[in-house]
Amino acid sequence: MAENKVTLSKNDRLAVWFRHQYLQGSWNYERMQNGGWCFSMIPAIKKLYTNKEDQIAALKRHMEFYNTHPYVSSPVIGVTLALEEDRANGAPVEDAAIQGVKVGMMGPLAGVGDPVFWFTLRPLLGALGASLAMGGSIMGPILFFVAWNVIRLAFEWYTQEFGYNLGTSITKDLSGGLMGKITEGASILGMFVIGALVERWVSISFAPTVSTVTQSEGAYIDWNAIAETANGGGQGVADAIHSALSQYASLGATGLEVEKVTTLQANLDSLIPGLAAVGVTLLCCWLLKKKVSPIVIIIGMFAVGIVGHLIGLL
Amino acid sequence: MSVFTIILIVIVAFLAGMEGILDQWQFHQPLVACTLIGLVSGHFEAGIILGGTLQMMALGWANVGAAVAPDAALASVASAILMVIAMNGGADQGEAISTAIAVAVPLSVAGLFLTMIVRTLAIPVVHIMDGAAARGDFMAIDVWSIIAICMQGVRIAIPAAALCFIPSDAVMSVLNMMPAWLNEGMTIGGGMVAAVGYAMVINMMATNEVWPFFALGFCLAAISQLTLIALGVIGISFALIYLGLKDVAKSGAGAAGSGDPLGDILDDYE
Repeated sequence: MAENKVTLSKNDRLAVWFRHQYLQGSWNYERMQNGGWCFSMIPAIKKLYTNKEDQIAALKRHMEFYNTHPYVSSPVIGVTLALEEDRANGAPVEDAAIQGVKVGMMGPLAGVGDPVFWFTLRPLLGALGASLAMGGSIMGPILFFVAWNVIRLAFEWYTQEFGYNLGTSITKDLSGGLMGKITEGASILGMFVIGALVERWVSISFAPTVSTVTQSEGAYIDWNAIAETANGGGQGVADAIHSALSQYASLGATGLEVEKVTTLQANLDSLIPGLAAVGVTLLCCWLLKKKVSPIVIIIGMFAVGIVGHLIGLL
Repeated sequence: MSVFTIILIVIVAFLAGMEGILDQWQFHQPLVACTLIGLVSGHFEAGIILGGTLQMMALGWANVGAAVAPDAALASVASAILMVIAMNGGADQGEAISTAIAVAVPLSVAGLFLTMIVRTLAIPVVHIMDGAAARGDFMAIDVWSIIAICMQGVRIAIPAAALCFIPSDAVMSVLNMMPAWLNEGMTIGGGMVAAVGYAMVINMMATNEVWPFFALGFCLAAISQLTLIALGVIGISFALIYLGLKDVAKSGAGAAGSGDPLGDILDDYE
């Protein structure tokens, strides 16, 4: 009996891992990642089933609806490989069981993958690379590309192996234990990071001037006096610069002009910096819940930006 | 541009288009796509700087569930090509980069429509794959999977190739015609676009339990000395502490000795 057992070799699993990168290739509005999933399973199906009818049944089984985050799909395909292997060896694994595992895992896992990869790791590496690149350094793009892909390829391989080795026992974890904790931890991390990103990267600045106050003498730098000192030639210029800089250091930015201008933005910033950004984000949340299309919101933002700028608000 | 340069640009565009859907190698991210286009067109440094700047804008763009984010692939490829054309036409580096940035966001919305079209076109493709599955035809499934991926590549490659043939005077005159208010207004709008991506994820994850963490992140981010890496570490620590405390709370409620002697005595009287 033992010699009849078919198992997936490491090469078979590597072939599945390689193809699984193209999971989203035929992403469609009907069954989403189904085509890519079936494409990924082909090396395993070929190995496990020699009978044409079994092959057809397996292919059909894997053309069902499927959609999750493309990286955390790896443990799902690992578990599916283990299930298909059991089935090929005669264990009573129903079609419904395989579909159930796929559907049962894809939801919670997408909830882990989106915050961890798209909203934590990519912004982190992206911002790091971008800040180097903005200075014209090639290290920025290289760092981002290499670090991302090393992490991604390793994650996809090891979690696929993890799923394959655990087999069905992973589904027990799913219903409470480890999986629930990872999901919860990921949403805490995700919400925290998004809160930070909203403050840092959603930029709205209100232009209107709230007040213009003529400052009393001594609260601003007397540029005429500085100019007189500067007229004294070489040493005079140096003295003038020294005097201007030391006054600036004690008076701060408002010391540069006679009139102190307070914009609406400065007032808002003294409450909480980024208050408007959070307002816009929460408005988006609400609009999305009301089933307003994201595209409409984006186009609306441009309209608001242009109109707001024309009337002098932004 | 020489024929050779155009071919290389189209190849980069094709890779970016594929990655726009696959989301694996990240050739569609501005940091990578703009750098590659800068490399093949001889404006290496300008490409890197444009890539870095656009990357900062695109940090929050991600495909979540069935929703499609602004398309980084078309935005980075097309705006990099326009930058190259403008620089070949005599514009200086700074000017070319800033106009490229202004057109990037409208391009990302245009790219979004293109990807939605291709995702709809993929429906008949998977129906053909259904047919192949029913025949047990492995080869046909492979071929059609590859065709579907190539459709996404072509989505960016065709607009990129078309842009390469626009004469540089035409680009320059359009750029000069674009009024400042439009340009500035678009930049202001672009600053807000990231909020849409964040809102999608918030709607997905938010429960009453995790909203305080959003507030914490928001307030801590105002401290500009904290880098993103520091914020990431703080976030992970919060998650670990919270989950740990929750565990303690759970096991404490069930156990007999709760570490509260008076409570234990009172319990015994019941």
